[in-house]
Order: sequence, then structure tokens, then C-alpha cells
Amino acid sequence: MNFEEHAAKPLLAAVGIAVPEGEVVEDAAAAAAAAGRIGPCVVKAQVPTGKRGKAGGIKPAATADEARAAADAILGMEIAGHRVERLLVEGQADIADEYYAAVMNDPASKGPLLLFSTEGGMDIEEVAADHPDKLVRLPIDVRVGVANDEIEKAISGLDLGGRAGDVAGVLARLYRVYAENDAELVEINPLAVTDGGELVALDCKFTLEDSGAARREELARSGSPEDLTGLEAKARQYGLRFIELDGNVGILANGAGLTMTTMDVVSFYGGRPANFLEIGGEAYTLGKPALELVLANPDVKSLLVNFCGAFARTDVMTEGILNAWEELKPTLPVFFTIHGTGEDEAVQMVIDRLGITPFDLMDDAVKAAVKAAGEAGR
Amino acid sequence: MIVRGRERVIVQGITGKQGTFWAERMAEYGTRIVGGVNPKKAGTEHCGVPVYGSAVEAMADGGFDATVMFIPPMGVKAAALDAIESGAKKIVCLTEHIPVQDVMYFLAAAREAGAQVIGPNTAGIVTPGECFVGFMPAFNERVFKPGPVGVISRSGSLGTLICLNLVQAGYGISHFIGIGGDPILGTTTRDALRDLDADTGTEAVVIVGEIGGAMEEEAAEYAKAMAKPIAAFIAGAASPPGKRMGHAGAIVMGDKGTHASKRAALEAAGVVVLDTPSAVADALAGNFG
Repeated sequence: MNFEEHAAKPLLAAVGIAVPEGEVVEDAAAAAAAAGRIGPCVVKAQVPTGKRGKAGGIKPAATADEARAAADAILGMEIAGHRVERLLVEGQADIADEYYAAVMNDPASKGPLLLFSTEGGMDIEEVAADHPDKLVRLPIDVRVGVANDEIEKAISGLDLGGRAGDVAGVLARLYRVYAENDAELVEINPLAVTDGGELVALDCKFTLEDSGAARREELARSGSPEDLTGLEAKARQYGLRFIELDGNVGILANGAGLTMTTMDVVSFYGGRPANFLEIGGEAYTLGKPALELVLANPDVKSLLVNFCGAFARTDVMTEGILNAWEELKPTLPVFFTIHGTGEDEAVQMVIDRLGITPFDLMDDAVKAAVKAAGEAGR
Repeated sequence: MIVRGRERVIVQGITGKQGTFWAERMAEYGTRIVGGVNPKKAGTEHCGVPVYGSAVEAMADGGFDATVMFIPPMGVKAAALDAIESGAKKIVCLTEHIPVQDVMYFLAAAREAGAQVIGPNTAGIVTPGECFVGFMPAFNERVFKPGPVGVISRSGSLGTLICLNLVQAGYGISHFIGIGGDPILGTTTRDALRDLDADTGTEAVVIVGEIGGAMEEEAAEYAKAMAKPIAAFIAGAASPPGKRMGHAGAIVMGDKGTHASKRAALEAAGVVVLDTPSAVADALAGNFG
């Protein structure tokens, strides 16, 4: 779960990392009023994505009038698919230098990784490519955390103008933000050095790790809800994992790997998948809502049901789909392929109740569903 | 991680509904289930084996070689640390949705203690004809028969389909190693590949991967020096970037973790990469057998 800048920065402030004075506003008049109180400021689009500056979503304003104009220009913009509805009006800092700091989950070391660079303000991947000598990577044992002197030693090769102790202090605090909030990522870019030598976080990106979010209910309320379509949101309520796509072959499968694969094989045979929908795991009895979700899309011209039972029993999943089918009485062509736990019972059920025989080979079921969708579209 | 039929296994969380069901299935298949753990039911018997208050107690009373956890997400860290403290050398972690910082915690403890962990978010491991640990349909003879092909999979459902395709084509399975669908795993694709490379009963390997992360690319580095033939299917070619495709680890971020990157790395290492799972038997036929 991503957090907008204004929701992330209080986490920094809570551990004593300096952030500029700021106010969240939703219209130009409020932006002007905030600028009047704060003085020379920066007006920043609040959307849960990076690259706001390049998109024109961040503008400096010396006066209240300039802040009003900036707000007028930014509100309503689309940035990476997000409409700007909120702004952060924040005091300007005198920037002498810009650093980069982050702590993130690192699959390679299987633990937290602290990143720090004196090349702030740009994309960290560019820094890693262009200035690898200026990027410090410090893997941390999550059981013990990290001490200031350990960090100071790690950054000792960088030219920090005598501020290594202060920087280490900020990084140790940043690690606390990560560890105390089940973060997947917390990043300050840029971490500014002001003319007065103070370290101030000018931006902050915070991602709450999805499984950890279950024990951070209060914190999660400050995060940005995921961008879901109406049907995707409905699927969540049932605990179904559903992603809408723009094709015409509806897909019902079990397990993440098999469902992705069903999409792949549909594409491989020239078809276009209409959705990702897996009903395996704990959701394997949810046949009816699953079928309703797929059929709610008018572009779906054929339906492919692909079950391969391990933990999830194919007979239980198939019965759920057949019950729903008889209740909803859809008219589109449907193609089954069923393997694994409960296969014999499931196949017989499809034959008895729908009068069709499931395909023994998944590829044949996919080809038939792709062909039927193509014909229906003509 | 490979578990053999002679090894003794305990079930942490044996008294729960799933723990009970799968402890019975495992024992029926031949897995040596020697005990279970539930702190609230210590001293009782369940599924015909003693229930202990902890893995530490189970180790002290007769001992065991591997443990499998049927434990809800927020309880796994404590259960895993108990297993590590007991001196367990093999820990099978099935649970999905464990907070990642908990996973990192017990993986660090396991590494220090020299314990192997497989998972989280796996359906388990199978040695056909001997034993299975987890909730794979090992007992389904159309899916699992003993033979020379080792299978490594991030997915239970897709791994099952691949094994079924192999068995239908007449190839048996030496070991199925379900490594799990999480982004941070105790056993990576490369670790499992190393195990199968060293295993004398394995003559060829199938890697079942998916988009997200860099495990397939790392495995490709190892595969370069391997003499045994390898085929791979990587799920997610048709998945949109930036979306988590059911598994927490299955997500393309920017240009990282793409199907194209994995395919290219594996092909450069001499691995045959399949367009569809049903092509697995033909790919092996061309290479070995």
C-alpha cells in the first residue's frame, strides 16, 4: 500500500527527522491561504506515484498569488493515471546539497537494505548505474537493527563535509520508520542539506507491506486505496483475486501460477484474456461470485475454466461453478479443462449437468475458447 | 530442500482442521509423522502421534528431522523460532500472508542456526513413492510417480499441472520442490536447482517460474555449469506490469522481473524455455531419455 507524501512525512517527523512546515489543501483558495501563512513555498501534487516533478505536478510559489496559480494549474492534472485532488503546500528550503536515503526489503540479502547516496534528487537506478561509487548499500539484520556507528562506518568513504554523524543519525531514524511500521520501502529523495547545514526531508515515499498491513490497521487508514475498478473492488469483498483486462476470453482458474499461465496460453494461441481470476486457496468454494464477476464484463465472448487441484479440490470448485451456471443461465460458450484432486468427479459433473466434455489437454480447451470468442466477435 | 521417506517429520499446528487433514494424508502416503505441536494440547495424542507443547519438547522426546507448519500468518514467526531453537534442520513453511519482516526475522535466525527453510507460501515438497510434506496431491498417481525428473515450482497449482503432464508422457518425478510464491523465500530457485544437481536420482530438471524478482535469472547463472538438461516454463508473459498477479512475489516493477528478462537469461544458459506447459514432455524428449 503506497502512501502519498503528506501521509508519509508524519512518520518521519514522529522519529525526529526534520520536514518542512506544510499544509494539505484541496482548492486554490486554500493553497493561497496556506502560502500566506507559510511564506515562499512549493505546491506539490499528492498522488501515490513518483515522477511528479517531471509531469509538472510540483511548482515553487513566492507569494500567495503564485501559490493560487500553481494550485489552479496542478489540481485536476492526471499523473501516471492518478487525478490530482490534493496538494501539499510546503515551505521552501535553501538547498546547499541533496542526498538520497532509503530502507527497503531486499530479496537478495533476505533482509532490510539501507541505501544512501550523496547524489540525491534523481532516480536511484540512474545513480546506481552512473555513480556506483557514491551509493552505499548496507544490509541489516532485522533481528538486531542498526547502530549509528555502524552506519557512520558504512558511509565513511563519502564526502559529507563533516556531517557524517548527522547523516548517520537520520539514517538510523529512517530505519526505525521502516522497522516500526512494517514498511516495504521508505525513501527520502531528496534529503536536503540546507544553507545552515540542517538535514531536511523534502520528499518521502512510504510503502506499507501488504501482509504486515493486517497488523497496522490504524496506519493503513492513512494509505492510498489501491486503484481498483468497480468489479475489482467487489471481488476484494469476496476475497477473490480479480484483475480486469481488455480481452474477450473470460478466465476462471485456481492458483496464481495456473491463472497467469491460462492467460499466457490464451495469448500464445492468438486470443486476448479478459481477466485474471483465481478461485483457489481459501476461496475455492466461491463459484457463484466468481462467475458473476467474469460475466459482468460485456466484452467476454467465451469462458475458459481451468482447474488443477492440489490443495483446492476440483470437484468442489466445479460444483460451485455449475450451481452458479444453472442459476445465472449464461448463453456464452464455455470450455472446461480439469486435472488433479477430485478430477474424475468434476469431469463427470460437467458431462452430466452441462452435456459437454472437459478437454483433456489444456491447450485444446484454450484453442476452442479463443476460436469461439473470435467467432462471436464477428 | 529434499525430504526422504526415512526422515521423521512433526506437524506444528497438528490439531487444527488443515493440520489434522494433511497429517493424516501425509502419514497414509508414507511420511514418517512422529509428533505434533500445540502448546494448549501438550500431553495429548492426535492422529495417532503425541502432541507436544513446543518443537523443542518434541526434539527432546525422541527427536525429528523436519517440521511442517500449519499455522496462521501472525503465529508463524514464533513457531519458526521454536523450530529453529529445537535444532530442526528442515522447516517447511506453507503459510501465505506472513508479514515480510517476520519472514526476514526467522530466515536470519535459521541461517545462523544452519536450518533450511522452504517457503513461505508453498504447497510443499514431494518425493514420489516415499513421502510428501505440505499439501500437494502426492497420492494422485496421475500427478506423481517416481522417476528421474526433478521439478522446482513457485506455484502449487501450476507445478501440479507440469507434474501431471510429465507423468502422462511417461516421465516420473524424482522430487517436487515447491519453493513458494512470496518475494522473500528461504529456498530460492537456485538453491533448489543446486539440490537437484547434487541428487543422484535426478537426471533432468524442470523449472516452473513466474514473473517478479530475479530468482530465475540467478538460477540461470547456476544452470550454465550444469550437465543435466533443464526445461523451464515461466508464467506471466501476458500479465500487465505493476500488478500483483495473485502471488505477492509475482509483480513486474518498471523493467524488473519481466518474462522477457527471465526467458533470455535461461535461454542464454542453454535452458529450453516452453511456450505452454504441455510442451514440457517434448522438450525433455529432445534432450534426454
